[in-house]
Amino acid sequence: MKKAVHYINQFFGQIGGEDKADYAPTIHVGVIGPGMLLKNTVAPEIEVTHTIICGDNFFGSNEETAIETIIGYLKGVEFDLFIAGPAFLAGRYGFACAKICKAVEEHFGVPVVTSMHVENPAVEMFRKDLYIFEGGDSAGAMRKDVPALAKFLKKLANGEPLKSAREEGYFPRGIRFEAFTNELGADRVVKMLLKKLNGEAFITEMPMPKVDRVDIAPTVDLRDATIAFVNSGGIVPVGNPDRIQSASATKWGKYSIAGQDSLKGGEWQTIHAGFDPSFANENPNVIVPLDVLREYEQEGRVGKIHEYVYSTVGTGTTQADASRMGAEIAQQLRDANVSAVILTST
Amino acid sequence: MVKEIERAGITIVQMANLVSIAKTVGANRIVPTVSIPHPLGDPNLSPADERKMRKYRVGVALQALETGVEEATIFEVKY
Repeated sequence: MKKAVHYINQFFGQIGGEDKADYAPTIHVGVIGPGMLLKNTVAPEIEVTHTIICGDNFFGSNEETAIETIIGYLKGVEFDLFIAGPAFLAGRYGFACAKICKAVEEHFGVPVVTSMHVENPAVEMFRKDLYIFEGGDSAGAMRKDVPALAKFLKKLANGEPLKSAREEGYFPRGIRFEAFTNELGADRVVKMLLKKLNGEAFITEMPMPKVDRVDIAPTVDLRDATIAFVNSGGIVPVGNPDRIQSASATKWGKYSIAGQDSLKGGEWQTIHAGFDPSFANENPNVIVPLDVLREYEQEGRVGKIHEYVYSTVGTGTTQADASRMGAEIAQQLRDANVSAVILTST
Repeated sequence: MVKEIERAGITIVQMANLVSIAKTVGANRIVPTVSIPHPLGDPNLSPADERKMRKYRVGVALQALETGVEEATIFEVKY
């Protein structure tokens, strides 16, 4: 039988309400409050042996102390699993549950699981780090949320293979797992299309991430502007001096184009692994059109072309890396007083 | 990357083949390209016509930078 420890706040730990929210962490043998339901639903595979209670404000204002104290308690306990919450829509409680789960996982390497409502801010902050189950918005959902957690905990305890986030019921962590099916992609996509045409519900296999919009930048008078080239088509000097990865890039490079009328094949190349590079290797201007922008510069159509081109590879690149690289390049452009950019993507 | 550069207040045009993706992920000024391996080239054209096409599309990109937009906009190209 596997052993589990349960974390709850002062309210569910029956210490008190808001007035007891500064309650310092304590550890107790056995279960308390929602732990009863947890205990009954995870048995017989798992025994919940201990409960940790901490006030939400204490955790929020003394995060390091709270984590240290709880980790200290846990060092004296044998356990295989750690559960926090459910926290529903309680913001501070959700944060504490997620934060302590993360700390316990890092210190002890045991599976950690929590549950909360989709709008609990901790979901967005921690869903990539943890199994956070989608829960209701109030304690009224306890009878539904705890058994969902329990089912998953039993799977973890038995070492059963896990299914996708949607099938298990936790928030997607952004991890892809290769799986085999008997139905070809072409069959699946046509079925999906037919459902879409018929106005029926269907589930995409490739959900597009939600986008945060940025304010649209104002127009530029190009005659006075410095304009720069950025590209995700992997255009670099031959030999790839910065060793930018050909896929899943985490690096970008900046290369001088000062005094060049065009990007010459043999001097520049693409290192992008996602397409046939022969066209761009022969004539790199098909990705970074320096040759024609120089003409516009000479004609006075644009003020000045910035002396560097910024390059990376945009295939398999994570959104996080793309954002970081974009921000780093933006800083360089600002420092150089660049006011307009042409970004070519492939 | 487009968004981070625009977030920094720098006006940016994305020249992209998959314009619907560029639009979905949040680019605001978009000019279509010819293809993925040769965004601003076309092996079916003579070198002179290819260069003319490239200059034309970059010209559309320059116009995009000078055009005020209220929402994500794809600037159509004629060739």
